[in-house]
Amino acid sequence: MANILGRGILKGMVVTFTNLIRPSPTTQYPEQKLTVSRRIRGTELVWSKVKCTGCATCARTCPQGVIHIVTHKGENNMYNVDTFEVDSGYCIHCGLCVEACPYDAIYLGYTYERGKYRRKELIMSKEDMAIEKRPASGYYHPDIAKQLPEQELLVYRGKKK
Amino acid sequence: MTLRTEPFVINMGPVHPSTHGVFRMRVTLDGEVVVNLEPIFGYLHRGIEKLAEERTYTGIIPLTDRLDYVASMTNNLAYCLSVEKLAGIKVPERAEYLRVIMSELQRIAAHLISVGSFFNDCGAYFTPFLYMFRERERIVDLFEMVTGQRLLYNYMRPGGVSQDIPEEFLPALQEVLKQMPLYIDEYERLLKDNEILYARARGVGILTKEMAINIGASGPVLRGCGVKWDIRKVDPYSIYDRFEFDIPVGTQGDCYDRYRIRIEEMKQSLRIVEQAAKQIPGGPIRSDVPQLIRPPAGEAYGHLEAPTGEVGFYLVSDGSIAPYRCHIRAPSLMNLTALRDMIVGWKVQDLIVIFGSFAITMGEVDR
Amino acid sequence: MLAGLSNNLVSHMKALPPDWPGNIWWHWVIFTIIILVFFLGSVIMFIYMERRVLGKMQARLGPNRVGPFGLLQAIADAVKVLMKEMVTPANADKIVYWLAPAVTFAPVVMVLAVVPFANGASLADLNIGIIYVVAISSLSSIGVFMAGWSSSNKYSMLGAMRMVAAVVSYEMPIVLALASVVLIAGSMSLNDIVIAQQSYPMLLMQPLAFFLMFIAGCAEINRSPFDLMEADSEIVAGFHTEYTGMKFALFYLAEYGEAVVMSTIIATVFLGGWRGPFLPPWLWLILKVFFVFFLMVWTRTTLPRVRIDQLMSLAWKFLFPLGLINLLLSSLEVLAYPDGIPWYFIFANIAVGAALVMLMSRFYKVGGGRVAVG
Repeated sequence: MANILGRGILKGMVVTFTNLIRPSPTTQYPEQKLTVSRRIRGTELVWSKVKCTGCATCARTCPQGVIHIVTHKGENNMYNVDTFEVDSGYCIHCGLCVEACPYDAIYLGYTYERGKYRRKELIMSKEDMAIEKRPASGYYHPDIAKQLPEQELLVYRGKKK
Repeated sequence: MTLRTEPFVINMGPVHPSTHGVFRMRVTLDGEVVVNLEPIFGYLHRGIEKLAEERTYTGIIPLTDRLDYVASMTNNLAYCLSVEKLAGIKVPERAEYLRVIMSELQRIAAHLISVGSFFNDCGAYFTPFLYMFRERERIVDLFEMVTGQRLLYNYMRPGGVSQDIPEEFLPALQEVLKQMPLYIDEYERLLKDNEILYARARGVGILTKEMAINIGASGPVLRGCGVKWDIRKVDPYSIYDRFEFDIPVGTQGDCYDRYRIRIEEMKQSLRIVEQAAKQIPGGPIRSDVPQLIRPPAGEAYGHLEAPTGEVGFYLVSDGSIAPYRCHIRAPSLMNLTALRDMIVGWKVQDLIVIFGSFAITMGEVDR
Repeated sequence: MLAGLSNNLVSHMKALPPDWPGNIWWHWVIFTIIILVFFLGSVIMFIYMERRVLGKMQARLGPNRVGPFGLLQAIADAVKVLMKEMVTPANADKIVYWLAPAVTFAPVVMVLAVVPFANGASLADLNIGIIYVVAISSLSSIGVFMAGWSSSNKYSMLGAMRMVAAVVSYEMPIVLALASVVLIAGSMSLNDIVIAQQSYPMLLMQPLAFFLMFIAGCAEINRSPFDLMEADSEIVAGFHTEYTGMKFALFYLAEYGEAVVMSTIIATVFLGGWRGPFLPPWLWLILKVFFVFFLMVWTRTTLPRVRIDQLMSLAWKFLFPLGLINLLLSSLEVLAYPDGIPWYFIFANIAVGAALVMLMSRFYKVGGGRVAVG
């Protein structure tokens, strides 16, 4: 036992009081939002029609099997992609498809706010995933990461960088 | 005239505010004293070992994230060590340093949660828990900068790591290294000498040295009993033999010792990260490994020191792109073997404190 | 007999100051309204203050969405609780189950009848005020035991048994602390105790009694660090596990009500009640009550919980001897100076109190360990 009963308790109470006076590190969502990392693995996939050749490496690498591709052979021995569907509700956002694609045609999204009312609405077709419409994140793509804003860190809050 | 008492059975069910995860205990009580305890688990079983037989070697890595979901980097690393042993893959220097930095930062983050939950079970109404989560935010921000996720990172690959660190990582890491020791001192001041904590945790739930070695315990549970066994020193993997750090060892094997060991391990991890951040070289971050790895037929066991203990992966390969068998040695499950012997004879409130001091994660126990 | 009773009442109430309007019934109505407004207003402000201050101490904000700065949070909670379905367990003892919240809640409000809001302004300025306070406040443990018994749930029974054991044990240090104050003030009426604190608050004269009263008071009302009766990380919710809807709201109200009452008693007896320089006396009372409650919230945030046998040993082995020694010393002082104790005794009292606490902590052993089971 400490030689004065209560010394440890008093030390603890000083710490709690100090925290009462400090400003709190809380961010009040949704009025204030933090800038996320440039490489955030967002909750959707983004697809570039121009670069995709329909090789389906991404579909083979996916551990869950959420990518569904249907192609037919067009002119010049090239594949035309008819269907490129992703079940973003079953996807675990691991990013293995982005690493596997040899043509840089698939990206992870930048957003995390994709709540929907029905499970069916989470299945994205190739029009929903077009890179012209949806923002892409810089995961595994440093050229996109350079254009995104910098992440807001807790260690720098209250200090000049 | 003697008083006749009758023991009764209480079910501390799977959904309980203080069992860490879905863990069920059927406790036989005589008044307030625990007479018998029967643990029942399996509520979080997802069949990871069976699923691993259907995925490629790279595709298993997201599954290993979800084992000990609190310390996901060390699980990934254990699995990659096992694959590298199996296929004979070498890892470049920069990747080794990055792996060490990430593992040690993950150890700090996981111990923060363990200690925070331990205090929650002792009854300190969320105050230390929330302080430790605030500290964990600083570390998890760094992980988000590198990998893009905050809990399940999927970062290590057989042959290295998946992505290089951006340029703002090292200055932010220096800032974290500057701020963390101050906050760890604050926790010490808050709770180290607290008389009520002494009364609750000193001498409570003693695990003897012989029993700990017999059941195959590892991690802070083993080191609390006085056995100096840490895989980073005994069987060094990666480049741990280049750093100098100490192994904190307890004396009595009670809950207080285990809590102290976790705090001291956090300080030692900060030392390792400081040394690694100074010595990190340039170079490639992943050696040339084909996308579908086909290791030669054989078996390998790769293990490392995770925050909860020794996590190991036993892989049997038959030459194809998926393993034939993958078995996971979960440290929390082995540590739980001693639960009944440690708790019988104490009171109900001590049961909560002793169980909290193990710091298990149900994802590991049930796989 | 009724005539004799009303004669008694009237002659007692004639002891009131002559400027009170009307007869005793007006006095009763006005003060009942004042007490109820004070009680309910304090409870709502205490709930708000606790949640905000607890939040800020834990590096987060408390509730701040409902109403400006979150002031209406308690009302939102009340509306939510009232809309819930009232489920009665099948094996419960129906009458006892139904009566338990009322028996717990009623004594809590009754204690406020003797508290003075200004000089002489209380519902009934009894000359046995302290005995009334202690007696009535121990009635609510009966309600708790009824709740635990009638729920036919092992967790509730455990919680209720612990609760009754703890409340009965902590009566002793409270009584001893209050007895020392009564000795020095010379009267048991709360108004007289406040008047006796003319030059300095009783806190300075009897620091040990304040220490005892604060700790024993926290234990008596089941606040952390002694809240193992409703420890939500151990036995889910203790004696009120099976209660929903308005009955649960009454238990919740009773818990905060006991905090209000204990803070009021401590503020009146030790900090000087309605005394103070510029502001009106009732405002001083409210400020002191909030200050004492802030101390209770502060200890709640910092300290872990004690175990039940450690709770009992703290009461009987640490606080009870301290209370006895304190009573002995105060009686010696009053014997030596029957006309009023000179002010320099404050330093002697503080020094003796600190020395006693240090000395007792050397001899205090927590005890309790592993029981050998066959």
